[in-house]
Order: sequence, then C-alpha cells, then structure tokens
Amino acid sequence: MTHWIIAPVVLPAMLAAILVLVARFHISLQRTLSVAGTVVLLGIAAGLFWQASDGTISVYQLGHWQAPFGIVLVADRLSTLMVLVTAVLAPLVLLYAIGSGWDTRGRHFHPLYQFQLMGIMGAFLTGDVFNLFVFFEVLLIASYGLMVHAGGAERLRAGTQYVLYNLLGSTLFLFALGTIYAQTGTLNMADLAERVATLDLADNAGIRVAAVLLLLVFAVKAAILPLHFWLPASYAEAPAPVAALFAIMTKVGAYGIIRIYTLVFPPDLALTQGLFDTWLMPAALLTLALGMIGVLGARRIDKLVAFSVIGSMGMLLSAVAVFTPDGIVAALYYAIHSTFATAALFLLVDVLRDRRGKAGAWLNDAVPVAGGPLVAGMFFVAAIGMTGLPPLSGFVGKLLILDAARDSALVWWVWGTVLIGSLIAVVGFSRAGSQIFWRSHQVALVQADTAECEDEEANIADLSPPQPALPMVAIGSLIALLVALTIFAGPVTRNLSATAAQLFAPEPYISAVLSMPGKVIKSDSYGDDHADDATKQTDEGGH
Amino acid sequence: MSLFIIVALPFLGALLPGLFIRAGRQACFVATFTVSALAFIGLMTHLPAVLGGQVATARLDWLPDLGLNLNLFLDPLGFMFAALILGIGLLIIIYARWYLSRDDNMGEFFSYLLLFQGAMVGIVLSDNILMLLVFWELTSLSSFLLIGFWKHLPAGRQGARMALTVTGMGGLAMIGGMLILGQIVGSYDLTVILENRELIQASPLYLPALLLILTGCFTKSAQFPFHFWLPHAMSAPTPVSAYLHSATMVKAGLFLMARMWPVLSGTDVWVTLVCSVGLITMVLGAFIAFFKNDLKALLAFSTVSHLGLICFLLGTGTTFGAMAAVFHILNHASFKAALFMVAGIVDHGVHTRDMRKLGGLRHVMPLTFVLATLAGLSMAGIPLLNGFISKEMMLEEAVHTTLFGSPLLVAVVATIGALFSAAYSFRFISHTFLGAERDDYPAHPHDPKAGLWFSPALLMIPVIALGVAPFMAEPFVRLVTEAVVGGVAELPEEHLALWHGFKPALFMSMIAVVGGLIWLALFSPLSRMWESAPRPEAKDIFDTLIKALANGAGRFSRTLHDGSFTRYAAIFTLAVVAVGTHAWSTGTAGGATRDMLRVTPIAAMLWGMLIAATCFLVFYHRNRLAVLILMGIIGLIVSVSFNYFSAPDLALTQISVEVVTIILLLLALNFLPNRSPKESTPIRRTRDAVIALIGGAAVAGLVWTILMSGFPLASISEYHLANSYKGGGGDNVVNVILVDFRGYDTFGEIIVLGIAALVIYALTEALLNGPVRAKLLNRDFEEARAGDAHPLMMVVLTRVMMPVVLMVGVYIFLRGHNEPGGGFVAGLVVAIAVVMQYMASGFAWAEKRQRYPYHGIIGAGVLCAGLTGIGSWFAGEPFLTSAFGYFRIPPMQEFELATAMGFDLGVFLSVVGAVMLLLESFFRLGRRAGTEDSEYAIDIDPSRTSTAEEG
Repeated sequence: MTHWIIAPVVLPAMLAAILVLVARFHISLQRTLSVAGTVVLLGIAAGLFWQASDGTISVYQLGHWQAPFGIVLVADRLSTLMVLVTAVLAPLVLLYAIGSGWDTRGRHFHPLYQFQLMGIMGAFLTGDVFNLFVFFEVLLIASYGLMVHAGGAERLRAGTQYVLYNLLGSTLFLFALGTIYAQTGTLNMADLAERVATLDLADNAGIRVAAVLLLLVFAVKAAILPLHFWLPASYAEAPAPVAALFAIMTKVGAYGIIRIYTLVFPPDLALTQGLFDTWLMPAALLTLALGMIGVLGARRIDKLVAFSVIGSMGMLLSAVAVFTPDGIVAALYYAIHSTFATAALFLLVDVLRDRRGKAGAWLNDAVPVAGGPLVAGMFFVAAIGMTGLPPLSGFVGKLLILDAARDSALVWWVWGTVLIGSLIAVVGFSRAGSQIFWRSHQVALVQADTAECEDEEANIADLSPPQPALPMVAIGSLIALLVALTIFAGPVTRNLSATAAQLFAPEPYISAVLSMPGKVIKSDSYGDDHADDATKQTDEGGH
Repeated sequence: MSLFIIVALPFLGALLPGLFIRAGRQACFVATFTVSALAFIGLMTHLPAVLGGQVATARLDWLPDLGLNLNLFLDPLGFMFAALILGIGLLIIIYARWYLSRDDNMGEFFSYLLLFQGAMVGIVLSDNILMLLVFWELTSLSSFLLIGFWKHLPAGRQGARMALTVTGMGGLAMIGGMLILGQIVGSYDLTVILENRELIQASPLYLPALLLILTGCFTKSAQFPFHFWLPHAMSAPTPVSAYLHSATMVKAGLFLMARMWPVLSGTDVWVTLVCSVGLITMVLGAFIAFFKNDLKALLAFSTVSHLGLICFLLGTGTTFGAMAAVFHILNHASFKAALFMVAGIVDHGVHTRDMRKLGGLRHVMPLTFVLATLAGLSMAGIPLLNGFISKEMMLEEAVHTTLFGSPLLVAVVATIGALFSAAYSFRFISHTFLGAERDDYPAHPHDPKAGLWFSPALLMIPVIALGVAPFMAEPFVRLVTEAVVGGVAELPEEHLALWHGFKPALFMSMIAVVGGLIWLALFSPLSRMWESAPRPEAKDIFDTLIKALANGAGRFSRTLHDGSFTRYAAIFTLAVVAVGTHAWSTGTAGGATRDMLRVTPIAAMLWGMLIAATCFLVFYHRNRLAVLILMGIIGLIVSVSFNYFSAPDLALTQISVEVVTIILLLLALNFLPNRSPKESTPIRRTRDAVIALIGGAAVAGLVWTILMSGFPLASISEYHLANSYKGGGGDNVVNVILVDFRGYDTFGEIIVLGIAALVIYALTEALLNGPVRAKLLNRDFEEARAGDAHPLMMVVLTRVMMPVVLMVGVYIFLRGHNEPGGGFVAGLVVAIAVVMQYMASGFAWAEKRQRYPYHGIIGAGVLCAGLTGIGSWFAGEPFLTSAFGYFRIPPMQEFELATAMGFDLGVFLSVVGAVMLLLESFFRLGRRAGTEDSEYAIDIDPSRTSTAEEG
C-alpha cells in the first residue's frame, strides 16, 4: 500500500502545526516553508494524477480497517483531478499573498492557508461521507479564519454571515447524514452505493429525503439559488488571495454533487426519480441568471467578480444537471477553467483596489491605474475567460455545456439562459472595464486641465510606488493556465471523458473499496476473556 | 505558404508592434507592415491554385470530441475576402503610419489592428463553423479595442461598448444557430455542411437555425434594426473606420451569408427576410446619410446602405444576385476605403469633418479633391467607375425580384435607394470641395504628404479600371460566384459589361442620378425639415435601455442581497423544508416498525424541563445572562439524556464541553451589552417565528420517522462492537471508534478546534489593531464592579482543587481506552483546572507561571496526533494504524500500551491548547479595557497586609 494518497492531507496539516509551533514569529521562515510545502504538494498531486490516469483506483485504508468499517481514501480519476487543480492553484495564490504582503496584515495566514488546503484535499480524497463532513468543517473554519484575516468592520460582518450560513449548512449536513445512516446503516460511499441499490422501493420516502438534503448541503457550498446568499458579500470582502483560493471552494460543492449523484444516487436510480432530476436544472439556470444580473448591476468591481462566480457556478451546475457523461465532461472542464479565471480576476481586483486610490473597488472615476496597460491587458483576458468569449477556455467550456445540454429536456432553456447570460456578462464586464481603464484617461485629462500639470504628475506618482513583480507573475501564471487549458482542450477533454466514463461505471470503484482486505484481527485467548468481562461490565453500567 | 501560417502570422505578429515601438514609430510601422505583407504574399502563393480550381486545406485537431477543429480551407470566396482583408490592411497600415499623431500609442494601435486582421482572415478561411465562431467573436473583441482606442473620448468608449454589445449578441445567437446546424448535419465542418442542402432545409430546426445565424450576420453587417452601432463606431481613429467599415468587419456578416448561401438560401423565409431587411437598410441608411453633416457619419450611413444593398442581392437567392453581390463587395471595398481615408485627410488638414464648416477645398486640396470625386462618383454609380457596374446589376436584379406578391415594389424601392445614394455622394463631394473657398477653416488646409494620399490613390486604380473594363474582373468574379453558389445552381449567362443595352436598369440608373441631383438641390429645405422632425436617436435609446437594465439589475440584486442574515436564513429554512417535503411526499413511506418506548416519570420530567427551558430562552432571549443560564440547563439535560441512553462517554464529554463553553461565554458576555436590542418589527418576528416553527416541525418529523422505523439494513456498528477489543485493544467502543476505527475523523476535528483557537486569536489581534481598541479603552461599565476581583476563598479553593482535578484528568485520560473517558474529556478537565486558576488570580498572574505558549501546545497536539499516525508508516501500515500490547513491569499489574494513546495525547494537547488560547484572547481584550494587572494572586491577602504593616 502506497502512502502517497494521504500525503496531500498529512503534509499541509503537519506543516501548519510546525508553522504554529516554531515559526509563528518568523514571517520569512513561514513563507519559505509554506511555499516549499505547496510546491511539494503540487508534485505529489501530479504523481497521484498520473497514477490514476490509467484508470487505476487506489484505495487507502486508514488504520488499516476494512471498508466500510473504517475510513478509506480513494484516489480515482475525479478526485486526483480535483486535487491537482487545487495543488496548481495553491502555490500561485500563495505567491500573490506573499508578493502583495497580504500575509503580514494579520496573524497566522500561513498555518490557516495550509489547514485550508488540508481541508480541501481531504474532502476530495475521502471515500466516506461522514469524513467528508469532517473535512467540510476543517475547510469551513479555516476559510473563516482566512476570510476575516486582517480584520475590518465590513469584512468581519461579511465573515460572520459567511460562517453562520455555512454552519446552517453543516447542521443540514448532519441531518442528511443521520437520515442516510438510518436508512442504510453505513457511511462509506461505495457501501452506500451498494446498499442504496438494494433498498425497498415501497419504503423510499426516507432515502429520498436523505438524497435531497445531502444535495442541498452541496448546493450551499456550490452557491446554488436560493442557497447562495453567503457568497456575494464574503467573496467581495475577503482578502484577495483568500477569495482567489475560494475559487476552488465552490467546486468542492460541485465535486460533492458529481461524486455522490453518480455513485450513490445515480441518475437512473428508481428510488430517487422525480427529485433533483427535475429541479436541479431550473435552479442552476436561475443561479446563472441571477449571477449575470448581479454582474450587470454591480457598482463595485469586487462584487461584480463575486457575482460572476455565482453565474459560473450556475453554468457549471447546468452541465452537471444533465447527468450524462458529456455533461460531466463539460462541467469538469468548466470547473477547471472557472477556478483559474476566478482566481485571476480576484487577484486583479486586488491590484486595482490597491492602485486606484480613493475609488478602490468602486466603479467611480479615478485616475489611471499605475502599470495600466499590463493590468488592463490581464483584466481584458481574464474577463474574456470569465464571460466565455473566444478564444479562451471559457468559450470552449461554454460550447461543451451547450453541446451536452442537447440531452436535456430543457435544452432550449439551457441554451437561452447560457447565451443571454453570457451577453449580460459581456455588457457588465465591458462597462466596468471601460470605466476603470478607459474613462480614467478622460478623468486624468480633466484633472490636468483644472489643476497644475506638475501637481497631477505628482499625484499619479504618489499613487504608484514601485510595484513588486511577484503578484503580477502570479496573475500572469493563472492566465497562462487558461491559455494552456484552451490550447490543450483536446487532450484535457479526452482525459475528462475517461473520468466521466469511470464515474458512470462505478462497479470498479465499489469493488476496489469493498474488496480490499483490512487488518487481520488476531483472536487472542487472553483478550477474549477480558472482552467478555468488559461487555458484561458495560451492559451493567448501562442500566 | 500553409494556411495555418497565413492565419497565425497576424496573431503572432501582434506582439511585434508593442515591442518595436520602443525602437521608434518607423520601426513599429515596418514591423507591422512586414507581418501583414508576409501574410499577403503567403496568400498570393495560393493564387494559381485557386484560379486553377483547387481548394487548399489545412487540418489540425483541437477538440475532436466536440467537433471543434482548426480546419482551414481556401476556396475562391475565401481567397477574395482574405485578399481584401490583407491587401486593404496593408494600405491602411501605411495610411495609419502617417495619420496617427505622436500622442497616440502606435504600438498599441498596430497590435490591435493585427489581432483584428488575424481574426478576420480566420473567419474567411475557416472550414469549421465552431472555429469560425471563435474568430467571429475575436473580431468583436478586437474591434472593441480598436473603436475604443481613444480612451479619453466618451464617444469612443460608448461606441466601442455598443459595438461589442450588439455584435456580441449576434455572435451568441450565432453560436446557437451553428450548434443547431451542426446537430442537423452531424458535423461542424463547413465543407460537409455545404453538401447537405436538402437535409438542412427539410429539418424542422431549419427555421431557428436560420433566424439565429441571420441575427449574427445582420448584427455584424449592421442591418436594420441592428444598424445603429455602426455610425457610433466612427469615433474610432479614421484608419480603423476605413478598415472595419469598408473591407472587413461589417463584411463578415455578408461573407457568412454568402458562405452559407448554398444551404440556407432559396427558401421563402430566406428571400422574404433577407431581401426586405436588405432593402429597408439600403433605403434607410441612404436617406439618413444624406442629412449627416459629419463626413464620417455620412460615410457610415452610406456603408450601412451599401451593406443593405449587398444583403438584398444575396437575399434574392438567384445566381445573378450572388454574382452582383460578389462584384459589389469588391467595388464597395475599394471606393469606400478610399472615401474614409479622404475624410481622414480632410480632418487632418482642416481639423474638422463638419460639412457646414467645409466647402471650397478643391482650391486648397486639389489632389484630395480628385481622389474624393473619383471615389464619390463611383459610390453614386456614375458610368466609367466600378460602382456603376455593380449598381446596374443590382437594379437589374431588383426588376426581376418579386416580394410580397408585388413585382414593382422591389424595383421602386431599389431606385429610391439608388437615388438617395447618388444624392449623398454628390453632397459629399460638393459640400466639401466645391463652392467658394472659405476663410474660416479651423486650420490651414493643405494637401497631405504622400503617406496619406498614397493608399487612396492606389485604390483608384481598380475603381477606374473595373469601371472602364469590367470584363477584366469577370473570370475572377465568376469563379468566386461559383464558390458562393456551391454547385447548387447554374451560373448566370450575363456578363460584366459597361453597356447592356436599353434595359430597365439603365433608366432606373438615370432616374437615380438625376433625382439625386434634384434632391441635393433641395438640401437646405429638406435639411431644415429633417432637423425639426422628431426621430428616434438609436444611441439614446440604446444607452437608456442599457442604463435602465443595469440600474434595474443593480436594484434587484442589491434588494435581494441586502445583507439581512435573518432573511437569508429564512429563505434557507423554507427552501430546505420545501424540497425535503417534496421528496417525502413523492415517495412512499414504509410506516413505523417499532413500538413507542414507555415514558418514565424521570424522562418526562427531564424533557419537560428541556421544553420549558427552551421556551424561556425564546421569551427572554434579550437578557443575555439569562440565556446563558438557560443554555446551561439545556446542555445539562442533553448530557443526562445521553447517559439515559447508555452513552456515558458522550455524557461526560457533553458535560465538560458545557462547562468550558459556559465559562468562555461568560467571559465573552463581559464585552457585550447586557441586553440585546430589538432590531425587527413584530410582524417580522411573527414571520420568523412561523418559519422557525416550520423548520422545527420538519426536523422533529424527520427524527420521529427515523426513530420509529429502525434500520432497514444492518448497520456497520455491529462490526465495531464485535471488534473493538480484538482489533483496537479497547473495551470502550466509543473511544476505540474515536481514536482507532475513525481516528482520522478525530484528527480532523482536533484540527478544527485548533484552527478555531488560532482564528479567534488572530481575530482578537485584528480587532485590537482597529477602531475597537479605542472603544475598549474608553469603555464604561454598566454596573458597579466588584472591588475584590480575586477573592481569598476562591484562590485557596482553586489551589487545593488543582492537583485533584489534574489527577482526575490523567485518570480519565488513561482509562479512556477501556472505560468512559479519553483524551478529549481529559483535555477539557485539565483545561478547567487551569482556567480556574486564571479566574481566581487573574490572567496576568497565572500567565507568568505558565511556561508553554498555547500556540505551541496546539501545534504540538496536532503534530503528536499526526506523528502517531505517521509512525505506522514505518511499520508498513497505513496512516493511524494502531498497535497495542500488554506489558508487565514487576511491581505493577499487567497493563496495556496502545499507540492510540499517542494519538489521544495529541487530542488532549490540542484541546488544552485551544481552550487556553481562547482564554488568552479574551484576556487580551480585557486588558485593553483598562484592568490593571495584579502582581499578587489574591487581591486582599491578610498575610501580605500584615507584612506590609510590619515593614
């Protein structure tokens, strides 16, 4: 048994502990360790991805207990893919955080960042629903810490709402797990899949409730209407690198839906007909519409990007909601794309907030941004990606989604919403971009006319201290990833097709998990006596 | 040269101007020109093959699963367009070199221009409609940058956004249309689609596909009612206008209509729709153009009109119409590009484009005058110039077209269009150049340098040559027409010629020219009428619409996301209950399989207390202290319930958690007002109460059914019960589950606890750096404070209890594996022991006696747990695999050692560290509040007082 599968969880956890223990007063040491950790993590993730890329499903039994009695980690194509995406995102965002100095604006940025990564990785890798809950908690509490990093009244307010709303989600998760356990008596995903298939059709109300409650839990994380309310304020107020890392957090919800609703409650399951197959698609489309409306109506650039995240989640879920292999391919491709696009945009928003002086994130008149052409160019490209215009991956993703929607009964609704939504987003982004990057030139001219020219130059010079290169490198890399994703769309979708095929033929997954032998339990004669005694004792104690 | 290279050259070359501008404007120009010229030469190497009837192709798989591939092909139609794009592109580059001023960033300009050029070439060479869409939208994007090039001009920005919005909309519609087309045919390859005319036209999806694709074409080619964006795109620098609106961008829509001609045209819908839209656009554009005073605005509307003309020709669906369209595309590109450049020259020389301020320029700008006159007369359709030939063909076609059942309608409308067209052309020439020389020009007019007039002059060669000898172009035009028609129909018999005899078209032409002159003569009165007539200003409508949409969207989303958490929570609850109820009611419930338990008096009493405490809590929720006490009661009853249901472990844990929570909350209350204020109206509270009751009822119902129906399938807990001792070395199944069976979950949970403590610490620090600090420093206490903060009795008591409690902690820890207890509870117990010291003697006093930083304890706890897990790797076992054994050290009895203890120690440390760090955070807040640190353990210490007195 190879231990690499658990490394994405253990490595950041241990690193975070070490950072707290020995490096909490040494920012440079923290930075070094943190960056080194994410780079190693990337290596490990790539290794796992490569290992799973031939269809191998690796199972790791924690404590060597056989599934379903212990917890297992499962590295199949889907989970290693998500791990890899996270691991690619992590070092880039971290570089930005270091380059922009965000990590020094409050305590414990690096440990929390590592814990956050641990939570995300754990959620992607686990093969046990209760363990998934635990990792949702890890990533929730760490994300809360990161969200309120550096404080500030608005941020704290948004952070409080974020954590409260997600605690509601966690409570719901527990209800869902309780219901599932009551119906099936197990928590292991593979075992669940097997048992759910054998459940009595005449007594399906309980499992139906469990199925939708669990879906709603993931819907909260994925910010699907009407459970998206936590997102706009918290993403807009969060520190930029955190918001950028959060780009993967909504995907955790989407991952949950894809995993559970292909494995445990597959679309052709008789028990759960007439549920999410009917309402998930409308909900996704409404989410898409709402997000795009928010983009058009936003008065602040950070809110605008936050709403575009909602829109992109609606787009992604509309592909998932088709529940066909093609839909999953489209959804996964779009998920990878929107992760990087969102991250790049949030980081750019931060650059703008920093360099626009008093206007900050507000779409008001301001003087031109220092380093304008570069920032403007990056914004243009990232916005093209986000709105799904050619030639970037957003367009490819959109085409895949539209193509996959052909199998849906609501195909015209999907096409209409996606296309009109894109148009609204284009209008919203072009208005914002023209306000920030173009109108500022007029503002500068007007100011130059009214004020002394020298003053004006001094003014601009004030706003533009020498800019560190590292943040721009981080953003540039994210954009380069979008370009790479576009160019290699063919190989990527081929890989994703294999992933979807693996998801829709879950027998190897189930048998890999359940057939793996656990540790051999020695029947020790001494121990047996002892055990009998103990049982008696507890029996007595209970009454 | 490979087609890939021809398409890729402008894209790759787009980097060069940005770089070369550092070496100067000339270098930048040379780089741009070279790139374009290379692409042009590359294209020309295909000329013999194209003329020979061969079709060059290049294929590269991009996304084969979807059918999106980089397939290119070069047929005569594509060749003609590519030649126009690259050829006129070269002229534009020369022109722009001399047109742009030193204030303009030439590198940026040429970069955008090359991007645009590449996208256009891509469109006309695509052999894959999805690929075509990519290039199509790229032209929208790059033209957005070009139109908005003068960022400081509001008109430029608005025009750019409008162009992007309208053409973007068309592009999105076209995505839909193309996908449908692909669905009908089963391939996205253009060459395949073009062979499936019957299949497509018979499909029920033909109509939606046609409408969507035409929307794309009409928006791009500025056809009514989408024509309004084009005139506003004129705010761009003139070279951009000349390029976009003569040969490239606006022709893309026509190109696509020509390209799709074999499969889409010929049906009634096509003829009616395309013809009428074309005719309306032609007349409307020409009519408006006449009244425009801005030279470029006039040319813009004339472009709209001419695009309408070509659109009409393609719409008739006859091969003659197609041939006329092809020829007019060529002609229009040549004279319109020249006219735009002339307008730019005038603007450059006179510093205005307003015809009311112009006139008489022929005296001072003779060369410009000649160029303008030639191009303008060609546009008017005067013989011996190329515009005449194609306009005659259009009129000829109009005579043979029947629309809406009327054979005359089209002919009349076309003649009117031609009349207006002649009129504005004449006005362009006469109001700019003719008449007396004025003395109030904004600048001193003069003929430009060669760089500016070279390009329009070169364009006059085809204008005259084709006008005099149209047959020269005939083989090529026929070749292209053949490509357009695609073998669907026979090519027409007619030839391109100057003289066709006395046909109706000739008379119509004459009417148009004469009428145009009369119309021009009536300019002044007509203009006054035009100015006074109410007319919809498309830009205002568009701006108002977009603004209203944006405002509406903003209001909607801000109202919806108003930051009220209660509302978010209410929606959450209702949504969850609704979906859950739906799922329940559409399924079938199996009914209860278990009997009710007998209700014992004790149970009834406890639950009665629970309910009463909850109700009190709701009613007294404004009194925070009361709430805390009531919560304590509830927690206690929950603990007792756990015990009642034979879960002593849970009960023990719950009780210790309750104690710690209450202590910490008490400390927190210290910083909060005693009562929470009323923040909602009674109506809202009623609403919230109803929603809360609904939610509660739903959960209760769910739990009820679960409890009453038992496990349909055997639960995995049987295994845990059976193997806890043999496999995990412990009798206490709960503890073995926590540290062994599901130790990984516990690992996660202690990390949650540790993170929570770190977060609270960081939050405290952030708070203290913010405005909260001043608030804390100036805090007034609502009530009198106790003078004796660290009372004698309490200090003595806690000191005595400390070792006892610690002992209990160790005991609970050690017995954990077999009896109720474990690291978690032990951690809480030990934490309570320490917390008591802090409470008794104050934080500062206790802090000095505490040697290990709490951060470190948390870190060590997580490390300890993690390392225990990692330890099993060295035994070749997975993470967290436990091992245990029984040992005997002589004086003692045999005892068990399990690796799980190391893990439990980690749990223990994390819990202690987390609780203490929370305490420290509160203390830090409290210290700012002005409390003085006491040096002594006890405030009023009899022994100390006596020594002081003695001293």
